[in-house]
Amino acid sequence: MTDVGEVITRVHHEEWARVIATLARRLGDLDIAEEMAAEAFATAVERWPVDGVPPSPGAWLTTTAHRKAIDRLRREVRREEKHREALMVFDTPEPLGVIDDDRLRLVFTCCHPALAMEARIALTLRMVGGLTVPEIARAFLVEENAMGRRITRAKAKIKAAKIPYGVPFREDIPARVIGVLAVLYLIFNEGYLASDPEKEAVRGELTAEAIRLTRLVRDLMPADGEVAGLLALMLLTEARRTARVSASGELVTLGEQDRGAWDRELIAEGHALVRARLAAGQAPGRYQILAAINAVHTAARDIRDTDWSQVVALYDQLVRVDPSPIVRLNRAIAVAELDGPQVALAEVDDLPLEGYHAFHAARADLLRRLGRSEQSRAAYDRAIGLAGNTAEAAYLIRRRDQLSGP
Amino acid sequence: MAQYLMSVLFDSTDLATAEEMAAIDVFNEKLQADGNWVFAGGLAAPATATVVDGRDGDPVFTDGPYLESKEHVAGFWIIEAPHLDVALRLAALGSKSCNRRVELRPLLGE
Repeated sequence: MTDVGEVITRVHHEEWARVIATLARRLGDLDIAEEMAAEAFATAVERWPVDGVPPSPGAWLTTTAHRKAIDRLRREVRREEKHREALMVFDTPEPLGVIDDDRLRLVFTCCHPALAMEARIALTLRMVGGLTVPEIARAFLVEENAMGRRITRAKAKIKAAKIPYGVPFREDIPARVIGVLAVLYLIFNEGYLASDPEKEAVRGELTAEAIRLTRLVRDLMPADGEVAGLLALMLLTEARRTARVSASGELVTLGEQDRGAWDRELIAEGHALVRARLAAGQAPGRYQILAAINAVHTAARDIRDTDWSQVVALYDQLVRVDPSPIVRLNRAIAVAELDGPQVALAEVDDLPLEGYHAFHAARADLLRRLGRSEQSRAAYDRAIGLAGNTAEAAYLIRRRDQLSGP
Repeated sequence: MAQYLMSVLFDSTDLATAEEMAAIDVFNEKLQADGNWVFAGGLAAPATATVVDGRDGDPVFTDGPYLESKEHVAGFWIIEAPHLDVALRLAALGSKSCNRRVELRPLLGE
C-alpha cells in the first residue's frame, strides 16, 4: 500500500505536466484538461493499490483522463458545441527553434506576458507544477478562495482573449523565455527569502519546486544559455540554504556561514553548468553572470579566500547588461572587499534606493567598518524598519546592538 | 479568427500630428493588406459626447462623457487575428504608429 502511495506521488511529480499538456492540446481547453487530469489521478489512487501499478503510468493517466473528458463532452452535447467555438488556438505558423513538446506550450501559455505576474506564478505552479490550489495559497499566504479565483480568472482570460497554446513566434522567443525565467526565479526567491514577516524565512518546498520546474524547462530548451544559467544560480543558492538561517532563526551572512554545511552535490552540479556555459563562448546574460558570481563564492574555502577581483569583474559585466541601482549596490558590496569600505561607501551613497532595506543594511555595515558607529546605527534602524523577512531583521538587530558607543 | 477592439488612450484633446497621421495611414494599409482590418475611426473630444438613457419612459440626455477621467479613448481599431500573440504584435505597431498607448480587448465570439 505505502509503496503504491509512493509511486503515485512520484508519478504525480513526473507526469502531471505531461498529462495536462497532452490533454490541453487534444481538447483545446485548459480548464477541462486540469479537471480531468485531477480525476484521473484520483482514479489511480483508488485503483492502483487494488489492480497494481500499470506498466506505463503516464500513458495510463493520459488515456484515463482523455476517456473521462470524452464521456463528459458526450454527456453535454450542447456544451460540446459551445466548447468547439471556444477551442484554444494552438497553431504555430512558423517553424520552431526549440523542442516541440506539449509541456513547453503549457509553460509558455502559463507565463504569457498578457497575464499579470501573480497569475503567471499561480498558473505555472498549478498547471506545470501540479500543486493544488490550497498548497499554492498556503505558499503565498493568500486565502484559498482568492487563489482559486486568481487561477480561474487567468484561465478565463486565456480562453476569451485567445492566448495561444503554443510556442511563441521565433523572434519573440528570447523575450518570452526571459519572461518564463522571471516567473521561475520569483517562485524560487519567494521560497528562499520570503518577503512577508508572517512567513517562515526560508521555505524549501518552494525552492525545490522552482528547481524542478527549471530542470523541466532546461530539458525542453537545452541549448538556451540563460535557462542553464538560472538553473546553476538556483542550485548554487539552494546549496547554501540550510547554512543561511541559524538555529535561532537568524540570517547568517555569507562570511559567517558554516561552509561545511553546504550541499557539495548541488555545488558540483552548479559549477559544471557554469563551466559548460563558459566553454560555449557566447556572451552571457544576467542569470549566467549571477551564476558565475555564485560559483566564485562557492569555490572559496572561506570569505578571505574569495577571489574578489573576479567577483567585481563579473559585477562589471552584469552592470553592462543591467545597470539598475540594485546591481550597482551589490557590486559596491564586492568593491568593499577589494578596495575597502571607503571606496564602496562613496559608490553606495549615490544610489537612489532610499526605500530598499538592503541599501541601508549595506551602508550600515560599511559605516560600522569605518568606525562611524552613530551613522551606522541610524542606517541599521532604517534597514530594520524596511526588512520584511524575520531572519533578516533578527540579524540586523543583533548587528546594531553590537555597535560600540558613538 | 478572433476580433479585438484596440482603443487608443490619450490624455489631451490634441489631434494627431501630420507625422502621426502619416504613420497611422501606413499602419492601416498594412492591416488591410494582411487581412487584419475590420474597422477604425478617430473620435471627437470627450466633451462632445452625450449620455443617453432610454431605459425608462422619455429618454434622458446628459451632456458630456459618462466618466470624467484623465485619459480617454481618442480612437479605435477593430482588428481580426488568429490569436492574441498576433493581436499583441499589431497593437504594438498601432501604438507606435499613432504614438499613444492602446488597450487591446477581445470581442465576445458568437
